[in-house]
Amino acid sequence: MLNVLIFGATSAIAEATARRYAARGARLFLVARDVTRLADIAADLRVRGAVDVGQATLDVNRLDAHASVLDQAWAKLECVDVVLIAHGTLPDQGACESSVETALAEFATNGISTIALMTALAPRMEAQRHGALAVISSVAGDRGRQSNYLYGAAKAAVSTFASGLRQRLAKVGVNVLTIKPGFVDTPMTRNFRKGVLWAKPEAIARGIVRAADRGRSVVYLPGFWLPIMLIIRHIPEFIFKRIKL
Amino acid sequence: MARIGHSWGRYPKASHTLVNVVDRHQPLPALDRAMLPYGNGRSYGDSCLNDSGVLLHTRELDHFISFDPESGELDCEAGLQLADILDLIVPQGWFLPVTPGTRFITVGGAIANDVHGKNHHRAGNFGRHVLELELLRSDGSRRVCSLTENRDWFAATIGGLGLTGLITRARIQLRRITGPWMSTEVHRFENLTGFFRLSERSDQDYEYTVAWIDCVASGRELGRGLFTRANHAPAHPDHRPVAPSRRLRVPFTPPVSLVNRLTLRSFNTMYYRRQRQPVAHTTIHYEPHFYPLDGILDWNRIYGPRGFMQYQCVVPPADAEHRIAQLLRTIAASGSGSFLAVLKQFGTLPSPGMLSFPRPGTTLALDFSNEGSRTLKLLDRLDQIVAEADGAVYPAKDARMSGSRFRQYFPAWASFRPFIDPQFSSSFWRRVME
Repeated sequence: MLNVLIFGATSAIAEATARRYAARGARLFLVARDVTRLADIAADLRVRGAVDVGQATLDVNRLDAHASVLDQAWAKLECVDVVLIAHGTLPDQGACESSVETALAEFATNGISTIALMTALAPRMEAQRHGALAVISSVAGDRGRQSNYLYGAAKAAVSTFASGLRQRLAKVGVNVLTIKPGFVDTPMTRNFRKGVLWAKPEAIARGIVRAADRGRSVVYLPGFWLPIMLIIRHIPEFIFKRIKL
Repeated sequence: MARIGHSWGRYPKASHTLVNVVDRHQPLPALDRAMLPYGNGRSYGDSCLNDSGVLLHTRELDHFISFDPESGELDCEAGLQLADILDLIVPQGWFLPVTPGTRFITVGGAIANDVHGKNHHRAGNFGRHVLELELLRSDGSRRVCSLTENRDWFAATIGGLGLTGLITRARIQLRRITGPWMSTEVHRFENLTGFFRLSERSDQDYEYTVAWIDCVASGRELGRGLFTRANHAPAHPDHRPVAPSRRLRVPFTPPVSLVNRLTLRSFNTMYYRRQRQPVAHTTIHYEPHFYPLDGILDWNRIYGPRGFMQYQCVVPPADAEHRIAQLLRTIAASGSGSFLAVLKQFGTLPSPGMLSFPRPGTTLALDFSNEGSRTLKLLDRLDQIVAEADGAVYPAKDARMSGSRFRQYFPAWASFRPFIDPQFSSSFWRRVME
């Protein structure tokens, strides 16, 4: 049986991913802040085919609470085949520019808490010598852009950390998967005007499950972001400085 | 943020503020403008629009709550689509008790419009199979409504066009099946009398009956078409019917409607003649049987930027054949109409809903390209015939019937009115209350 542990389980991408695993008859353990929504999602996943769904509430910024949640998850699942770290916020870049406190709080949510979780998960996965550790980073982490570089910096930290961890854990048969979604139509991006580059969370979820199945290292979702980000990463600074992105 | 939107008929256009309902346990948002629940926007006219107001989008209320594969009782949130329910229940040997011609509608929408399907003569409306629903009002109150509890609210909310409050969840009784296959028979009939004869002979032994008619044909061929009758097929290990094919999509909206006199006449004639033999038997998957148009995504675009109006009416059994003939003559003479015109005999099972549309008699449904006043005048002429026959027009498909006609078709409107949530309204309701 497939055992799946998900952080940020009430996020749209995480929920869509959980539904795909539930349809396969997986056993899930969900972690999120909102206890009633977590209960609703757990009930839904049971109907959709999950063999068993456990849950724990956690504010990821309470780093001291991470260890006990991991204990609960491993007690319930025994062996974890897939971990998905999907929590996050979309900071208001303007607010991050005018308040150091806001900037650091957002960096903590999107960067530090994720690095803390991966650090605590690593020895457990290492001991199992098996499994996939998937983390949702972002195309925004590939290059700092004026429109959201606080978020981008946090995601860059996550991507770089994941890269190093992947190299370390590959030796013991654990795959670290970095997921870089582009624009996704979720509650987090509700107030954005949507264009052709926007994807549905269900499409991202399909890509996540496929990448985890195939043991991929880094995936851009949808795939067309790979060439786009290749170009954006290689625009010379003297041009990059003059344009708005 | 206000957005311009439209319903499935792409007419009329309306400006809305969209507010997503994310958690069914929370009270409704406090807003200064009128609200209306919005599911998947498949109503054809303006019953799912609320011009200058707020639409409460229920897309995120898409959670199952419980499903008992022994009894077939399904409890789910109201924003869940029938397509998602089918994906879950069909492999477990269950089917929707009633389904309309598209599976891309929400449970809340199915209840609020009290939808019907090809099995109306046997199963009645969707509302008959709702065991219980929860209604959330703008004052924060919640009511669990059923045939035994809050009965009056239950009756007002089934077919209540979303005006009585937000349906947050519902418990539905499903129907047992042995597999996804349908055993179908298509009979060609040469005129309207042929339709009525086939209906009378089929309604007893076939769970699903419906007829496609050539709305262009006139004279002795008036009302000719193809009558489909079907039952769920028993499981058969050797038999491998054709699985549903890939979906197509109408990729863009053409600058003018592709449905015109020329295309209409040639398509309808070809479609009628497509079947050479008088009767054809096939075993097919339930998807193409129930949802042929779901196979073509965004099909509503073929009517061009001005959109279309669907007209669905029912006339009582006493002089149904005469009235349907009158309607078809009027339509054929106008030269407008659609590729898909549908005729069906409703059964006599009553619905619990106060404003439910189906009633004993014959129902006719077809689309008309929006050609402005020409189309509106034609539909007014059809209304005249329906009203004289003491029939009714389906609000879920309407964008133009007058207030006086609505009140004549649905005399229960006055007793329904006190159940409307004071913070709720719709473009449709404001129009017919004028």
